[in-house]
Amino acid sequence: MRNFTYGHAASIGDAVSAAAGGAALAAGTTELLNWMRLGIAHPERVVDVSRLPELDGIRAEGGRLVIGALATLGAVGAHALVRERAPVLAEACLRAASPQLRNRATLGGNVLQRTRCPYFRAEAPVPERMPWACNKRVAGSGCSALEGGWDRAALFGWTDACVATQPSDPAVALSALGAEAEIQGPRGVRRIAMNAFHLTQEEAARTAPTSNTAAFGVETQLRSDEIILRYHVPADAASRRSAYLKVRERESYEYAMVSAAACLDATDGRIRQLRLALGSVAQKPMRLTEAEARLRDAPLSEATIRAAIVAALGAARPLPGQAWKTKLVENAAVRAVLTAGGIA
Amino acid sequence: MTVNGRTHVIVHEARVSLLDLLREQMALPGTKKGCNEGACGACTVLLDGARINACMTLAAACDGRAIVTVEGLASADGTLDAVQRAFIAEDAFQCGYCTPGQIVSAVACIREGHAGSATEIAEWMSGNLCRCAAYPQIVAAVERAAAELGAAGRAVHPSGAVQPATVLSVRAG
Repeated sequence: MRNFTYGHAASIGDAVSAAAGGAALAAGTTELLNWMRLGIAHPERVVDVSRLPELDGIRAEGGRLVIGALATLGAVGAHALVRERAPVLAEACLRAASPQLRNRATLGGNVLQRTRCPYFRAEAPVPERMPWACNKRVAGSGCSALEGGWDRAALFGWTDACVATQPSDPAVALSALGAEAEIQGPRGVRRIAMNAFHLTQEEAARTAPTSNTAAFGVETQLRSDEIILRYHVPADAASRRSAYLKVRERESYEYAMVSAAACLDATDGRIRQLRLALGSVAQKPMRLTEAEARLRDAPLSEATIRAAIVAALGAARPLPGQAWKTKLVENAAVRAVLTAGGIA
Repeated sequence: MTVNGRTHVIVHEARVSLLDLLREQMALPGTKKGCNEGACGACTVLLDGARINACMTLAAACDGRAIVTVEGLASADGTLDAVQRAFIAEDAFQCGYCTPGQIVSAVACIREGHAGSATEIAEWMSGNLCRCAAYPQIVAAVERAAAELGAAGRAVHPSGAVQPATVLSVRAG
C-alpha cells in the first residue's frame, strides 16, 4: 500500500472541501483499505470523518427513522427502533459480513462498496500489470466476466463492457423501504431516493455520454465532492411489516447470490401496498415497480404474487449458463413477500 | 491509545494498520495476521469493548481509544480468563493460529448475549475461520464459558446494542 497523509475532518464542510480536493473520506475503512491494498485506489490524502457527531445517531422523527451515515451495521441491526419499524433493514445489516466487520462498517460507507467481481478484485499494484481485462480497473480493456462464468453477474442493465453487480445488503433494504440519502456537497444539501442512488451500467453510460470509458467509474449519483450525511427511512405500515431474504452459498458470512427485500401492507388477505427490491442482480438494487403496481389490492396469495414477479422478471438477460439465476430470483422474491405477509 | 490498560504514544506511518502496529511495534504477536483482508478473524481485538478486525482498521483511527488484545485477557497474576480456560478444557484448537482471534471474539460474543445456543454461537462466531475445522470444540468452549459467566458475563445496552464503554477486565497498567 502506498503511503498517504491522514487527518480528521473538523466539520462536514471540512470533509466536503477535502473530498473536492481529491481526498478519500474514511469512516470504518473496511472497504477503503481493501481498495488500497488491491491497487484499486491510491488516495494521497485520507480524511477520517468518523468523529463528526452530526453524522451519528439513530432516531425517530415525524413518522420516519433518521439514521446517521456513521451508524454501524451492527448498531443498526441491533437497534430497537429499526427492528420494530423497519425490520428489513435490521435483517439486511445482520446478514452482511461478520460481527467484527459490522462493528466497523458504516451504513454510509456500505452502500458505496464496489462489486465483488473477482476480475475487479484482482490484486494488481499497477494497472499495467492487471492480469486480465476489467474495464473498471483499466478502461477499454474489456470485461473478462462476460465469458468468465462469474455466477453473480448481472441479469439487468448490464452492457457488453461490464456485468458487475452491487453487493450491498442494506442498499437493497433501503431501496425497498423507499429511503432517501441526504447528501452534502459544495453546492448545498440534496436528497437522492435510494431506488435511484445506484446506476446500472446502461444508466451510467447515459449519465456520462461524453466518454464511453468514463461510465465504468460511475456507479452512483453521489459526486466525488459529496458526502452522505444520513438516511431518511419511511416507517409506514409496509416498512413495519418487512422481510429480507438472502440466498448464499453458505449459511453465514457470505455475499448474496441473490437477495430480496419486501415491505408489505396487507389486511384481510389483500395487498394494500407492496415495495419489493432485488439484490445482486444488477449494479443497483432493482425495485420491481411494475409488480408492485400490479399487486396493489390483489389477493395475498402465492399464485398471484408469483405471476406478477414472473412478468416483472421477463426483462432479465442472463449470461449463457445462468438461466437458473432468474428462477432463483423469482423464488427468492416470492418467498420474501410471503415472509413479510407472515405466510411463508 | 490505550492497549491492555496501558496508555501509549506512538509515532508511525499513516498506512499502518492496527494489526501491524500491535505485532511489529508493540511486541504483541498474539493478534495473528491471517488473510489481512477481513475474512478470517485471526486479528480480532476489542476496540472500546467491541470486537473488530485489526487488519481493517488504521492504527491512526484508534487515537485516544482503548484496545484489548488476547494478551490483555488474563489477570496480572497470570490467571486465565474464563474463555481461555474453556478453550483448553474443550481442546478447542489444533494448529492454534486462529485461536487468539477465536478467544477474543468469543469474549465479545458472550458479552453481547449471542451465546444462547450452539446455532447462535455458530452464527455469531462466523467471522472467525478455523481451517483445521475445530468448530465443534470451539462451540463447546463458548458454551462452557457462557455457562460459567452466566448473566454476569453479558453487558447489553437496553436498545440491544453492545454498550461500548463496557470493557472487559484489563491487566493493570
